[in-house]
Amino acid sequence: MSEVKFSKEHEWITLEGDIATIGITKHATEMLGDIVFTELPEKGTSVEKDGTAGVVESTKAASDVYTPISGEVVDTNQSIVDDPSKINEDPEGSAWFFKLKMKDKAELDSLMNKEEYDKFAKESAS
Amino acid sequence: MGIRVNMEIKKTSLHKLHEANQAKFVEFAGYEMPIQYKTGIVEEHKFTRNHCGVFDVSHMGQLFIYGEEKLILDLEKIFPLDLQNLKVNHSKYSFLMNEKAGIYDDLIITKIDTGFLIILNAACKHSDFKILSGLLKDKYKMTLDEKRSLIAIQGPKSAKILDLILNKVNYLNFMTGNWFIYKDQKIFVTRSGYTGEDGFEISIPNDFAEELTKELLNNGAKLIGLGARDTLRLEAGLCLYGHELNTDKTPIEANLKWAISKNRLIDGGFIGSDNIVNQIKEGTNQIRVGIKPEGRLIAREKTKIFNKEEETIGEVTSGTFGPSVNGPIAMGFIDKKFAKKETRIFLEVRGKKHPANICGLPFYKKSYAKGVNQ
Repeated sequence: MSEVKFSKEHEWITLEGDIATIGITKHATEMLGDIVFTELPEKGTSVEKDGTAGVVESTKAASDVYTPISGEVVDTNQSIVDDPSKINEDPEGSAWFFKLKMKDKAELDSLMNKEEYDKFAKESAS
Repeated sequence: MGIRVNMEIKKTSLHKLHEANQAKFVEFAGYEMPIQYKTGIVEEHKFTRNHCGVFDVSHMGQLFIYGEEKLILDLEKIFPLDLQNLKVNHSKYSFLMNEKAGIYDDLIITKIDTGFLIILNAACKHSDFKILSGLLKDKYKMTLDEKRSLIAIQGPKSAKILDLILNKVNYLNFMTGNWFIYKDQKIFVTRSGYTGEDGFEISIPNDFAEELTKELLNNGAKLIGLGARDTLRLEAGLCLYGHELNTDKTPIEANLKWAISKNRLIDGGFIGSDNIVNQIKEGTNQIRVGIKPEGRLIAREKTKIFNKEEETIGEVTSGTFGPSVNGPIAMGFIDKKFAKKETRIFLEVRGKKHPANICGLPFYKKSYAKGVNQ
């Protein structure tokens, strides 16, 4: 599995071959609070880099989930739709959101590595 | 000498305690208030339902109006209540209205030995004070007391915990109050609250608020933020000013007719009474209802409501996830012909219409307790 990359919209992404797995970061879940609703893209749909690809709602508010890369949705994680609290429990592990068949590998270049993201998250929180 | 304009955000006497408990703060009605603490809204909500939560509601207005017989008669010209027959230390839920029965604020009024204590919403308290002092023509001494804090303790363990600190507080019945002594200070305690649970609200001098709260925490209560206060009140089907209630809504439209004393509907004589009597007779176009979305989708405030013919029939005024209901819940105003329980409606969220059903209130059964002497 590739190195984890991060977006400014607080999504993480890993790559296996040309299949990317995408979720939201721990930092994002801490800002959102208790997540109580999730909406995921439908399998087979195409999504564009930085476009909306889902929704998470906490007790406080709704937030869009963006996709950091373009591609076709090949799988979604039904378990976080059935029990959205799983996202708070394990956001960067079992509570992934969707998998994409990647279109353009070069799109990964604009994303941050862990160290850069941690710094970004810390700065944007303060 | 000039006028000093204080633009600073206000803090309550418990602010340090909130910080020590890792509160996340929001600005609310000019105050920096805790929205949640470390464990988060869902845990705080459930803890209140199962154990005992402590809420800092010191931002709310505590209006003392001093007077006797004449004051009672003057207040009856304002509030739709039978205040002449209200016993000392008994409380009523009511509202301050305009001539058209639009609601300026909702409130709890308690008859006390020296007059009345009225608890007002934080965002409305200063305008309420102006309206009331105008209506009462400055005949009575009125104090919007900023020297007292207001602490709510809510949940099934509240009586047991508070009774350890205030002897015999458990003898209070729901919607009654009394003076108690804490560290030589006079504090006024009512058995009331806004969560659908048994509980108390404690009016206490600012300098003693932290000490009392710490004692509550040491006896097993936990601090709960305004986030859970909102999910608790919504599950209990209770209105929130600025959401369900405003000057465009009357108590009849808001389905709060129960709060109007029956004998006051016969002769009227309070501000807004003409419209209230008329609306009871003629009915209203819209009414407040409970709404239960069919899936897990949350319909927030301002969500448009449609019938199956895709006509707009109303709007959501509060919507959230109910932790004890374990699902989404909402309240809204809807055309009366669609207000029947189990009517299927559609909520437009993010451009799509989602099915929901009208349901009875509350979403979560209330468990108000009677005092041990009943």
